[in-house]
Amino acid sequence: MLELQDITKVYNAGTVTEQCLFHHFSLSVEDGQFVTIVGGNGSGKTSLLNIICGSIPIESGDVLVGGRSISRMKDYQRYASMGRVYQAPSAGTAPNLTMLENLALADNKGRPFGLRRGVDRSRVDFYRAQLQSLGLGLEDKLNVKMGALSGGQRQAVALLMATMTPLQFLILDEHTAALDPKTAEIIMALTDKVVREKHLTAMMVTHNLRHAAVYGDRILMMRQGQVVLDRAGAEKAALSMEDLLAMFNQLSLAD
Amino acid sequence: MADLLVSTLIQGLIYALVSFGVYITYSILDFPDLGVDGTFPLGAAVTAVLLVAGVDPWLTLPISMLVGALAGLFTGLVHVGLKVRDLLAGIITMTALFSVNLLIVGGSNLTVDRSVDTIFTSPAVMALLGGLSLSARKLVVSLVLAAAVKLLLDFYFKTKSGLLLRAVGDNPSLVTSLARDRGRMKLLGLEIANALVALGGCLVCHDTRSFSATMGTGQLVFGLAAVIIGVSLFRSYEHTGLARRLRGIRGLRFLGSPKGTTAVIVGSFLYKACIQAAMSMGLPANMMKLITAMLFLVVLVASGRKGEEIIHA
Repeated sequence: MLELQDITKVYNAGTVTEQCLFHHFSLSVEDGQFVTIVGGNGSGKTSLLNIICGSIPIESGDVLVGGRSISRMKDYQRYASMGRVYQAPSAGTAPNLTMLENLALADNKGRPFGLRRGVDRSRVDFYRAQLQSLGLGLEDKLNVKMGALSGGQRQAVALLMATMTPLQFLILDEHTAALDPKTAEIIMALTDKVVREKHLTAMMVTHNLRHAAVYGDRILMMRQGQVVLDRAGAEKAALSMEDLLAMFNQLSLAD
Repeated sequence: MADLLVSTLIQGLIYALVSFGVYITYSILDFPDLGVDGTFPLGAAVTAVLLVAGVDPWLTLPISMLVGALAGLFTGLVHVGLKVRDLLAGIITMTALFSVNLLIVGGSNLTVDRSVDTIFTSPAVMALLGGLSLSARKLVVSLVLAAAVKLLLDFYFKTKSGLLLRAVGDNPSLVTSLARDRGRMKLLGLEIANALVALGGCLVCHDTRSFSATMGTGQLVFGLAAVIIGVSLFRSYEHTGLARRLRGIRGLRFLGSPKGTTAVIVGSFLYKACIQAAMSMGLPANMMKLITAMLFLVVLVASGRKGEEIIHA
């Protein structure tokens, strides 16, 4: 179980632009739950993910995994059990390394990065099979520099890399927002498949209300650092995209 | 003329080591390390003092590398540990090293007497290459050293650690996602880079038998120019039909997509050759740094890279 307890997060503390985003915010997520998170700009969706990953400091409160606090762990230490895919397709891969080198790096996560050969030749067939399963024709481009691929292709590889080694949490930060509609659907379907197959606990921030309605088994709608809608299981399944849109518009009017 | 060519080649090879260091910080780590201007004379200072003290000349190489690595570690700790921005961290190291170098040497100049053996006149080299003239020996020894360092670097960049180092400069957040501390990788990169720069200073000291406190001025500019010339030239080359054709031929692929380290050696040669050419046209020695700087400006503008990578950092 992932728990956020009594989190207070203030931006620009001590200045005229001081803004309290989270005020005694709490949330718990069951193991294996796939949570979609929607909300307007500045509602705290991405900050929530950043707090979980340790990318930004908090004023007070605690983040717990399986009952144990991870608040004192550095961001890179937390990533030992977490994978993250960002909005920008460039964020999840190294552009000047080849796809093969990128995959080899991801494959070595959790093991020492010493003076052994970076790319283990015996793993190439495995990488090729993984790429083939994406259905994007990437298996022929192993020696192409990552930066030469399209945004959708890079995002697919980033997803593959983030979930290649055993992990517990998958953090998805608007990871389909920068993609064209068709590619976004492919990546989304892929995400769902990987979350189910690996029994991951996933948190997905999205602006696509249809994705939020269709995927996942719990939905959170956020506004000004508070959860204003929290539905799981059958209640979540009963929600349509139209329902979400109506609620969303109502909230926007209230602002 | 032949003499001039040989001396340009020697200079190009020795200074290629400095360029390798700059290549690692500037191109790979995306860290504009101004500490180079202090680490280079540091290597020379340590070497001069050790040579005068009668230490085996070959021992000065690993010792100056170690001392250079420590200087790099210091820059890294200032940046990573104390969160000082990269440019300033390098300036702090560079400035501090000026005094450190004076302390090591006990003055602002030191000349190594002709009676003292350098690596170029050491018994081992004389036994192998005794029949050659001094400048021919210098050429062979510096060629072997530069080639050895190049091959070691090429090997390293393909290891797991090397891939991670390249990823740090390319996309730091990827390294964090891999559950690795990117700060520690930066420290490692700075250590390797400064060890190489100090090795360059060490070899220059063997070559000229002298240390001077001001010999570091302009070394970063030299290294940057060599890296940018080499990398830009090779990038244009990779787009030519010839390079494409070579890449298509098994066994010749490497000729079609040459390594960054090769580009750096070529850039180092070209830049030294340009400066030598300017000097041999009768420019006084005092003008050397001016020429170095102006040539760098020409290189920056011509390559279209105007150093934005440096300024944004």
